[in-house]
Amino acid sequence: MKIVILGCSRVGALLATQLLSGGNEVSVIDQDPGSLKRLGRDFSGKALLGIGIDEGALKKAEIEKANVFIAVTNDDNTNLMAAQLVREKFKTPKIFLRVYDPKRAEAFKELGLNIICPTIDTAEKIEKFLSERA
Amino acid sequence: MYVIIVGGGQVGHSLARLLMAEKHEVLLVEKDPARYSKLSEEFGESVILGDGAELDTLMDMGVNRADVLVAVTGMDQDNLVICQMAKVLYLIPKTIARVNDPKNEEIFQSLGVDATVSSTRIIGSLIEEKIDAGMFIPLLALRGGEVEIFQTQLSSDSPIIDKKISKLTLPQNCIIIAALRENQIIIPKGDTILKENDTIITLVGKDAKDTFKKLFL
Repeated sequence: MKIVILGCSRVGALLATQLLSGGNEVSVIDQDPGSLKRLGRDFSGKALLGIGIDEGALKKAEIEKANVFIAVTNDDNTNLMAAQLVREKFKTPKIFLRVYDPKRAEAFKELGLNIICPTIDTAEKIEKFLSERA
Repeated sequence: MYVIIVGGGQVGHSLARLLMAEKHEVLLVEKDPARYSKLSEEFGESVILGDGAELDTLMDMGVNRADVLVAVTGMDQDNLVICQMAKVLYLIPKTIARVNDPKNEEIFQSLGVDATVSSTRIIGSLIEEKIDAGMFIPLLALRGGEVEIFQTQLSSDSPIIDKKISKLTLPQNCIIIAALRENQIIIPKGDTILKENDTIITLVGKDAKDTFKKLFL
């Protein structure tokens, strides 16, 4: 699969290296060169400096051929805008994004986006853990 | 009208003042505490501290009864999300977003923002106006980009000058709204004759855009 990841956060970098070793083609975009360093020297995918809400950067990352787009920057609004831009303009088949704000996550899930909300997931996990222990 | 403005920078600030002077009810929303402090000196209760993309802030803003929501922060992605939240969750009749990068205007409109304003594009247009005749300067996009208004100056070899408007074959969905000639504003009728150097303002539907450009050049 060809995968484009926006945001070389810890999650982004981890996903990039794991997906690459799974035999996929991976491109990573981040606007901060420091973040791209997380990929390590041996990263054989593409690491690009750029802004994910800019079509030019996405095209350089070969979004037009991609099967999967993942938006995991630290900013919810950037992830939401990038995911929607990719969906509308490039029609990439699988799109995933992280949104920290639970309310925004719920609102945009209604618009059909595949959103992962770590805030909700973490709270649920802890609650489950507590109720099991009780 | 009740207008909510998200973003208390220069644009938001000036817009708030303008609308209040015209007796509209205005609420300005600013998320930076220092800027908010300054604004509250001038606007009192008409400004609140909050992030327009957060649901709680939207509720506090009395967003359900707003007629218009304007997002004029410095970041396009914030403006987009703010407008979407207002539209989708609260069915605000009209959402307007400032778009800093003109390339984003199209996506904003596809995603339901009613009107977009790109100051970069407008300023660019104003600069170009001084330089080139025959350039199509986009002024405004409405209805999700379905309709655009262009400004262009007619050059000496324009095919539409020196003829009555009724004799021109303009595409469907294309109307010349006005012609600016020296000090006059002409609202064209069938027997109006356009001249070299006239600046015309045209309303063009999306599907007529390419035909229109070819025709006028």
